Amino acid sequence: MKLNHQDFEDVRVVCVDENRIDAACAIQFKDEMRGLSEAGPSRIILDLGNVEFLDSSGLGAVVAALKAVRHGQRLELAALHPTVQRVFHLTRMDTVFTIHDSVSTAVEGVANAS
Amino acid sequence: MRPEGNLQSKVARRIAPQSKENELRIILPARENAVRRGLKSIKNGLGPIGFSYDELASLELVLAEILNNIVEHAYRDNEAGIIEIQMSQTTDGLWCTIIDTGAMMPNGEPPLGMQCDLNCDVADLPEGGFGWFLIRELAHDLEYTHEEGQNRLSFRMSIGRLN
Repeated sequence: MKLNHQDFEDVRVVCVDENRIDAACAIQFKDEMRGLSEAGPSRIILDLGNVEFLDSSGLGAVVAALKAVRHGQRLELAALHPTVQRVFHLTRMDTVFTIHDSVSTAVEGVANAS
Repeated sequence: MRPEGNLQSKVARRIAPQSKENELRIILPARENAVRRGLKSIKNGLGPIGFSYDELASLELVLAEILNNIVEHAYRDNEAGIIEIQMSQTTDGLWCTIIDTGAMMPNGEPPLGMQCDLNCDVADLPEGGFGWFLIRELAHDLEYTHEEGQNRLSFRMSIGRLN
């Protein structure tokens, strides 16, 4: 599981450098995300642009990452593939997360009203 | 009426495995990494014969949920478990049967998989329990039996219908 991150002013963009978040890597993803948010600024953007497959374990791990942020810190998602977006939509998790079309709109702070 | 795909697969169990037109059979060890490889083989096998990207995405999700449940629950105490996947393309879509010899499903039935209630604080959001909900959203005609130590789960995906 490879997570890269880049810090901007007040924002840390975490990019998943893998094409899937599934049962085989969900726990590792969760642990690495926790480390990156603990030491991160008030806003974390998770760039899912490379992720073409997310199963229920992967979804659970993303939810766990949201629950792990500290008080006042935000975790938002960006650049979801249609297949990943569909899992969020079916489970209605798209109503829980702020989801941006792209990392650039996310960094600019323009939330996609989905 | 039982689907034709199921009858064919019952017969196939008693005779030497043979490859038939519009059928695919895969056997894999019940481990997460083997499930990953199996899903990849299935996608690579079905992609060139007319299944669209979206159709394969639905199939991959349903299979991943079922196979990972077998790895995590049915074969919880068995490192050497085997899973068999049979697929048959018909005019109704793709019939799939998943067979394992692990533990029976709780109460002998597949879980209902209700939509999780998200009307709560972030701290109380569910981190699991989405799998069977997704399976039941995307798969049709789900049937489960446990006979002679064998779990058989069959279902239909309305994808790749034959003309």
